[in-house]
Amino acid sequence: MRPGDEIQPLAVTPDRYLTVRYAGASGDFNPIHIDEEFAHQVGLPGRILHGLYTMAQVARAQTDAGGGPESLKRLSVQFRGMGLPEHELVVTGTVRTADDGVAVIDCGCEQDGKRIIRNGEAELRLTADP
Amino acid sequence: MPVNTDAIGKTYPPASYAVGREKVREYARAVGESNPLHLELESARAAGYEDVVAPPMFVVVYSFPAVLPALFDPEVGIDFSRMVHGGQEFEWGPLVVAGDEITTTTTIADVSERRGNGFFMFATESVNQRGETVCSGRWSNIVRGV
Repeated sequence: MRPGDEIQPLAVTPDRYLTVRYAGASGDFNPIHIDEEFAHQVGLPGRILHGLYTMAQVARAQTDAGGGPESLKRLSVQFRGMGLPEHELVVTGTVRTADDGVAVIDCGCEQDGKRIIRNGEAELRLTADP
Repeated sequence: MPVNTDAIGKTYPPASYAVGREKVREYARAVGESNPLHLELESARAAGYEDVVAPPMFVVVYSFPAVLPALFDPEVGIDFSRMVHGGQEFEWGPLVVAGDEITTTTTIADVSERRGNGFFMFATESVNQRGETVCSGRWSNIVRGV
């Protein structure tokens, strides 16, 4: 990895029931994620993605780029707006620095042209492998 | 209503979480992980791990029970109907594998108010059964119009 390199983008479209599976897997059953009627009542367009699910997609793009889960040492993100099921998420990242086996990646996640995760910063420990 | 900064520094009782193999797989599938280290015991063992490896973001599973008391603490006073998750940071140590027992402690790192919004920063420290820090987290919650 060299400064300016882009990591392989990750695109995923969470299906209609993803938020239910993620709620079960994560333990976060906030009804804004799983109950369409409740979401409408509190002024949302519908059920929204868990921010930490979207962050997990950002993390996955980093571990894919770094060669595995052991490569990711730190990830920091800001959440903006909300993610929706059945709309594509695209994670991108650009290498800011790469020194002494550690790369810092500026990263984020977009949906429908909106940056729903911004100011992401990942630290990857690089192995000797390409 | 101004935010209550008295809770800054408050620490909650540690919460333990036993990492189960099927829970790791369930989480890995939910987030779309395809790396066999998270899904197949043989692949994890062949790579030198004792059991399937938790994806780094599995931290939300083992630390969430320790964060809940802070979220619901009346002294912190978060109004959920106006809360948004503003930001998140994790720093990882050794990987967590199924069979690990993780103990997480939550501290109120900061409470402040800016432009009529409340900012609540929680810090979590998660330690495995060998005393190694597997993850430190910074959870930033914003409550609009405090």
